Amino acid sequence: MTPPLLEVRGLRTEYRAFGGTRVVRAGDDVSFTRERGPTIGRVGDSGCGKTTTCLSLVRLLPAGAQVTAGEVLLEGRDLTGLPDREMQQIRGREIAMILQDPMASLNPLFTVYDQVREPAYHHRAMRGAALRERVRSLLGSVRIPSPERRMKEYPHQMSGGMRQRIAGAIALSAAPKVIIADEPTTSLDVTIQAQYLDLLKGLQRDTGVGLVFVTHDLGIVAKRCDDVVVMYAGRAVESGPVRTIFERARHPYADALLRSVPTMGSKEPLFRIEGQPPDLADLPPGCSFAPRCPLVADRCLEQAPPTLEITPGHRADCWFAQGSGPVLDAVAPGGGAAHTNGSTST
Amino acid sequence: MSDALLQIEGLQKYYPVRKERLFGGSRGQVRAVDDVSFEIGRGETFGLVGESGCGKTTIAKLVLRIEPPTAGRILFEGLDVATLRGKALLAYRRNVQAVFQDPYGSLSPRLRVRDIVGEVLEIHTSMTRQQVTTRVHEVLELVGMRPEHARLFPHEFSGGQRQRIAIARALAADARLLVLDEAVSALDVSIRAQVITLLEELQRELGVSYLYIGHDLATVAHLSHRVGVMYLGRLCEVGESIEVSTAPQHPYTQALFASALPTKPGDQREPLAVVGEVPSALQLPTGCRFHPRCPHAMDRCSAVEPVLQPTSTSRRVSCHLMTAGSEVVGREPAAAR
Repeated sequence: MTPPLLEVRGLRTEYRAFGGTRVVRAGDDVSFTRERGPTIGRVGDSGCGKTTTCLSLVRLLPAGAQVTAGEVLLEGRDLTGLPDREMQQIRGREIAMILQDPMASLNPLFTVYDQVREPAYHHRAMRGAALRERVRSLLGSVRIPSPERRMKEYPHQMSGGMRQRIAGAIALSAAPKVIIADEPTTSLDVTIQAQYLDLLKGLQRDTGVGLVFVTHDLGIVAKRCDDVVVMYAGRAVESGPVRTIFERARHPYADALLRSVPTMGSKEPLFRIEGQPPDLADLPPGCSFAPRCPLVADRCLEQAPPTLEITPGHRADCWFAQGSGPVLDAVAPGGGAAHTNGSTST
Repeated sequence: MSDALLQIEGLQKYYPVRKERLFGGSRGQVRAVDDVSFEIGRGETFGLVGESGCGKTTIAKLVLRIEPPTAGRILFEGLDVATLRGKALLAYRRNVQAVFQDPYGSLSPRLRVRDIVGEVLEIHTSMTRQQVTTRVHEVLELVGMRPEHARLFPHEFSGGQRQRIAIARALAADARLLVLDEAVSALDVSIRAQVITLLEELQRELGVSYLYIGHDLATVAHLSHRVGVMYLGRLCEVGESIEVSTAPQHPYTQALFASALPTKPGDQREPLAVVGEVPSALQLPTGCRFHPRCPHAMDRCSAVEPVLQPTSTSRRVSCHLMTAGSEVVGREPAAAR
């Protein structure tokens, strides 16, 4: 059996602050599997460890942060133990990233050509006319109009949507197996965002590249992803096929998150998650979500919940995960915007 | 007199720009807001949506009287805001308050919450220090915070709590209209729902009106009673928010709502027909500003600029397809019901 494209097992990343006296677990025991083809999405509030987990995958963690447990398997090969020199051969060539802000991720001093050609030049040893043709076709595939002219220009000459498409072309340049897109559309307007998401879908179909989407936007998950990992306070609290989780989320945080988003054309009151996300350096004992959870019971405050497999591929870390239907139906009957209210298609 | 709290009539704001050339330059202007009219009723939320650069924040600035309009009028309870001076202007500023997007930038880091929220009372009322403090405690409780929080500084709070403080500040002196410019956009999803429900409760309790400005369609549609959709400085559609969001009539509104992300998987929307990006406001297209991107553009659209025309008692749309008496064919998401 061929190993999955990307598999993450029990990954834990810690930040050490104040001389190691304060340890922040930004990603704790995060596992997911990335088969070829479908798109995985990771959602959660800011500070929940989405970005840290992704940076851990490509080992671009800031100083003071360290992967302390777990493994990252790319086609069965563990990346966590690789020396830096070998990791350089992975980054860009096997795993590429698209970052949130195309203003900050493009170099203002180099032309578009220079930036798009770089991964192909270094990782695929392309030169001369072939390299030029590669850049032209990459710009064409991310729908930059008149690529021949545009590749001589600088980032400031382009609109935000075009810059983000160029970041996409750079990521594709060395034909990687996986692209990690960290909030790739947050800075784009709605119609441009829709165009960009359609574009990524098309690129994935054409090149077979695997996509990992990091986002706080459940809409992107609903639109673009096949599987989803919901993160809370550094942990993956629920994971599974997107449709399963939108229809019957079994972790109270995942379900509450789905119910707290307004639905177009509906004025139903939103579900309100009380309180604030916890400080990652000072997590409550037991379940991290317990202080905000509408279903909280005594044991939630004392014992961390087990990871339960509800149906094959659908896992949740909650004492109450076993069962059918959205877990919060008992406390918020009919209140689930994502579950019950008609939107334009019903 | 109509019972609208705020009436906006033919509002325009042009910014002069100098195009630099080697020899001299030519004068141009950005028509940031061009002939916009709408009104906000008492206790009503009016939402303005549109993409960046469409002029929605300029309207907020004009309503807050941060900048004067180039032409047109803003009437608050029938009084022209541009003519207000002295005490009347002070009263207007007390009545119309703002909550901005970034709760990290909008609260002074050097002031305690008590002074941030109380400042407006010290300016606009003759309350004693003790009365101000009591009122600050009151409004903090109103927005779901505790009186003890008055002693703390903004950095001691999370983004959601800071936004509550900003709302408390806006409401402290009994404002009648809040201008909410992307007031929940910077917040996390789980916190956003808290602030949205808070705004709804406050409106029910106090009867305050909101001008809500945002780019997140679902949030604007949820919060607003009526919405106006803007494109390049112009209103292209105004109507009840449920109607506009479920059965948009203007091709741009349709494109905008078709681009909105679904709330659940399999929420299939019609494929997107709109192409390209928003053109520069410096070089506006002739005729209808949307026609270069519009899937239904006709000859007339590049020649004649359409004006807002009522299509029903509650809806106005500026599109030649509407005045031709026929609805836009085939792109009516609600038809799937």
